[in-house]
Parts: sequence; structure tokens; C-alpha cells
Amino acid sequence: MSQTIIKERIPHEDLLCSGHLACPGCAAPIAMNLVLKALGPQTVVTLPACCWSIIAGPWPQSSLRVPLFHTAFETAGAVASGIKAGLQARGDDETTVIAWAGDGGTFDIGLQALSGAAERNEDIIYFCYDNEAYMNTGIQRSSATPWGAWTTTTPAGQPEASPKKDIVSILAAHRIPYIATASVAYPVDLVEKVEKARTIRGTRFIHILAPCPPGWKTQNDESVDLARQAVQTRVFPLLEIENGTEWRFTMDHAGEPVAPYIRRQGRFRHLTDEQIEHIQADVDARWAQLQRRVVHGG
Amino acid sequence: MKKVMIGNHAVSWGVQRARAEVISAYPITPQTQIVEELSDMVADGRLPARYIKVESEHSAMAACIGAAAAGARTFTATSAQGLALMHELLHWAAGGRLPVVMADVNRAMAPGWTIWTDQNDSLSQRDTGWIQLYCETNQEVFDTTILSFRLAEAVELPVMLVLDAFFLSHTSEPVDLTEPAIVDGFLPRREAKLRLDPADPHSFGALVRPDAYMEMRWQQQEAMRQALDVLPAIEDEWHALTGRRYGALETYRTDGAELLLVTSGTITSTARHVVDERRARGEAIGLVKVKMFRPFPTDALRAALSGVDRVAVLDRNISPGHGGIFAEEIRSALYDVPPDDRPVLFGYVLGLGGRDVTPAVIESIVDRSLAAPSPEREDLWVGVEL
Repeated sequence: MSQTIIKERIPHEDLLCSGHLACPGCAAPIAMNLVLKALGPQTVVTLPACCWSIIAGPWPQSSLRVPLFHTAFETAGAVASGIKAGLQARGDDETTVIAWAGDGGTFDIGLQALSGAAERNEDIIYFCYDNEAYMNTGIQRSSATPWGAWTTTTPAGQPEASPKKDIVSILAAHRIPYIATASVAYPVDLVEKVEKARTIRGTRFIHILAPCPPGWKTQNDESVDLARQAVQTRVFPLLEIENGTEWRFTMDHAGEPVAPYIRRQGRFRHLTDEQIEHIQADVDARWAQLQRRVVHGG
Repeated sequence: MKKVMIGNHAVSWGVQRARAEVISAYPITPQTQIVEELSDMVADGRLPARYIKVESEHSAMAACIGAAAAGARTFTATSAQGLALMHELLHWAAGGRLPVVMADVNRAMAPGWTIWTDQNDSLSQRDTGWIQLYCETNQEVFDTTILSFRLAEAVELPVMLVLDAFFLSHTSEPVDLTEPAIVDGFLPRREAKLRLDPADPHSFGALVRPDAYMEMRWQQQEAMRQALDVLPAIEDEWHALTGRRYGALETYRTDGAELLLVTSGTITSTARHVVDERRARGEAIGLVKVKMFRPFPTDALRAALSGVDRVAVLDRNISPGHGGIFAEEIRSALYDVPPDDRPVLFGYVLGLGGRDVTPAVIESIVDRSLAAPSPEREDLWVGVEL
């Protein structure tokens, strides 16, 4: 992706201020910045408990130039539904209402409220920035944590034993109008998906992988490259799903081997070559399943 | 316009007259008829509101919080387990200073499963920062629903109006439905001081350090104190329009009383009957009805109870390990009354899980309270057979 294309395609106005409180190398503010560039200032953010509760800044400060409603961990889908209804009741049908939740608030504790909002096809965009564990509380496993990973509640002697929950398929089963995965390593693809989502009415769900240096045990300058590698290894394929049935890749995925991606992350340091082969086999199987959905419909 | 209706529908009509803009609710017996009727009103255009049919009470309160933060007038209703499930978000609504109005149809808590009335569901939410108003009749339910919106928006605190399961919720009484034009004058469209507005962006509910948190709670407490003054002021207005008012506290035939019964909810009506009977026999028995539980009308209670020989508090609730909750709070309020004026207080626990509180039960309480020199224990349980 040339710099020229990025400059042409990505809006220049920043709605995220400098001085926010993310850790060095965190991908979550990159994701937020790109999303708000795509959505513009007529946006309201619903923020359940997550790393962003801190990144947004303590009272009386805010790192965002749009209205922001902090709420309880499990409520993003319901509160965003209420905000949209409240704005509509006051005659504002134009403002985009988003939920901005981490993987814990989406895959785990907030899944019920998200499912409710999606089932009702509420007119909101739900973003999950996924750093694959409860990072704000100090790296505990979530159901988004990949198989084999170390966290403080899945120590190396007994690492994560379940595969990552397939949240995209769960949302697809709700037949909502638009679902996408996106990556901070592919900013034009991300912005285009958000711009497209903004023009659609109903529940839209966008899943963004957000590498986390302290949680993944990686260097601060590696996050964007890790995000790129996650796409190219097909660990985190970039796709769109319309109406739950029309699956489409938005990127050529090279199919690089997963071993280098796994080996550079300290959270997988304890894994044997055999275990990494297990991860590769799982990635391959999921890729085959995705291809069937792309060809035949989900 | 007078109509005969159940208490639940009196709530629905109050919400309709108040022109709530966003309703979000989840069904639970014995509340369900409130939101069923509201569904009809929204569907047929009598109430032009958004109705969000959520997947739990927790999400019902979450949706009301979001809508209230966007500036809308919001309503929900629940009972018992549903109210308990909302608990975390009751704090959020109050701490966020959002004027959500909720009807709680008092239902006892499980286990064992029960759908019948007592007050443990609402009283368990005592410290969440909600104003609580208890009702005695269906007319009071209708009026209190409208008053609740006015009060909530005046002091920027959420209000829970409370009615007894079945004795009010499913019992028909005539209700004078105040005309819409009158209610519109009393309760104009909500104008939020602060709301989620892209033209004026603010952050709501952000991390607060120890140097500012206490000030927020202080302001919340001051708003509660303010509510004690606001309720009579708005009731004056309502009275001028409708001829009806209730008060945070009502005293009934208290002149020269040697024993005062203290009640809330529908037990009050039964107690009025007993007081009338006793007065007819020349006995100096009176009644104090507590409508407002939070903020607690401490001064009014002290004024009403000081100098009386005996007080019998009838609690359809229990704080396990302590006593009836109204009795304990009233004991606390009376601590600052000079000992010579301080009544002997009998705290009766009765009617839990919907057990009937008949005139005969209250008669026995009157006799017991007059005969005993002092209560034999803090919590006097009525009618327990083991």
C-alpha cells in the first residue's frame, strides 16, 4: 500500500487526541483513530469496561472529540440501543451510534446484550477490538484467547485449552446486514469497511484484531506487523459478510506458515513444534471452512 | 375521565400521560400487564414512543440509561428477580444522574419460588441512589407515575414507584385519568441539562480519581435532600390541578393517639379500617403512612411520632439478621428525639411472600402493642407457625 493511496483514502481529521493513556505499541488507539476518521464527528461512542475505559482518559479529560458514554462491562449492545432510540426520540436519526468493546465485553460478559441488539437489528455499529485476553485487568484469558496461549490464568504449565470462540459465525447466525473483520495493518481496507458500514442501516459488527505488547509479550514496535502477519497467515482473515450469508474475502491471504507468527510472541514461548503444527492444522481447517462459505454461501 | 382499571394499567396510563419517549422492558409476573398495555399503546399510536424489547431486565435498564443519556424520557417496569438482576445498573442510573422512572411491583424474592407480594425486592435496592415512592391505591399509582417523572427530572435522580403485587397490580379500582392537556402543562417535554450531543461532545462516567469521587457522591446526596423539598412543591401544583396529593408521609387520625401504626403500601388501607373501628370505640389509635422511603423523611417522621407513647411499625419485609426495615430506619430516626418524647417502638414483621394481612391481624397487633410494657424482641414476627 503506497503512502499516496493512504493519504488519499484516509480522512485527515483526527477525532482522537494525543495524550491518550494507551500503553506504548497498543493497537487499540490506532483502530479507534481510523474508525473515527471514517465515521466523522457526528458519532456517539458507547464504551463498556475495557482497556479503552482508561485510554479515553480520566474525568475531566477525554481523548475523543465525540460524545462518549462509559458503561458497565456487559451492557454495550443494550446501552447503544438505548442511545440510538433516545436520539431518535429527540428527532436525531442521523448520528451514528457505535459500541466500542474489547473481546471480554464482546465474546464473554457482553455476548447476551450484543445478541439481543443484533437479533433486534438495532441501528448501531458494534466494534470489537480484540486483544485476545482481559488485558486491562492484567492479562487473564477470555474466550477470545487462542489455543495454547499463556495468560495469568492459563499459565504455561496449563495454557489455554479451548480454541478461540468463532464470534463472526455467531454474529452471522443473527443474519445482521453487515459484518466485517479488519486490521490496523490494512488501514485503507479498515476505513473502507467502516465507511460502507456507515451507509447501511441495522446492526453492523466489525471485528478488529488489536495486538497488545504487554499481553502478547512482544516489542512495542511490532504490533502493526503482527497484525499484518495474522492476516497473511490466515489466523485472522479479512472478510465481509452481508446478511449473514454472503461471505467474501477482501484481501489476498498469502497463506504464510503460522510458526514464525507464533514464535515471535512470548505468550506462545512454551509451545513445542508439534503444538504449533496443531495450530497450523486448525488454521488450515478454518480456512477451508471459510472458503466453502465464500463459494457456497454461509 | 374515570375508568375502572387494575393497578398495573394505572401505571401504563400514567406513562402514557407522561409521554415517555423510550420504553424498554422484559416480562416478569406480576408486572407484565404494565408493559403489555404499553405495547398496545405504542402499537396503536396512543403513545408515540420507541419500545425496545430486550432480552433481560439488565438490558432493559441499560437501554433506559442510554436513552436517558441521549436526553429522552424513559420508563421500565419490573419485579423481584428482575429488579435484583438490574442491581448494578441501578447504581449506574443514579450515579449518572439519569432521571429514569421505573415501576416495581413488589414481589417476594425466591427461593422458594413465589409471585406474591412483599417489599424485600425494592428495599434490597435501598442504597443504589433511587428515590422510592410506595403506593396505596390505583389512583395513587397513576398520580405517582406522573409525579415520578416530574420529580426525577427536577432533581436528576431516578425514581422507583412501588405497588404491591396483586393487592394493587391485579385489583381493579376506579382511576381518574387526568386529561392529557393538564398533564402536559404539569410535565412538559424533558429538557436535559447535559446529554450525548455530537455538537457539544462530553465524556460521561469516566474514571474518577479519589480527589473527585466524593464530591460526585456529595452532589448526589444533596439532590436526594432536595427531593424532600421538591416533592411537596410539585404535589402542591398537582393538587391545584387535580385536587389530589399524598405527601412523603400521611398522618391519619393521629390526634391525641396513644398508639400509632406505621405502614406502607396496601396494608395502609386495612390499617385505616382498623383505626376507624378503634376510634369508633373511643380508643386513641392513629396511623402514619410512609410513602417516600428514599430520601427518608426523617424530620417528618420525628414530628409525627414524637410525644406518642407507642408506635407499631408493620413491615412486610425483613432484613435477615436485623429486623423489619422500616422499623429499623424509624428507630434510627427517633434516636435524636429526647427520651421523654421518644415512643416505645414495636417492630412487626408480617405478610411476607403475600401472606394475607387482614383486619384481624392488625387488631391483634394493636392489642399486643397496647398490652405489653415493651417489645420482647427487636423483630416481632406475626403468625409464624412451625
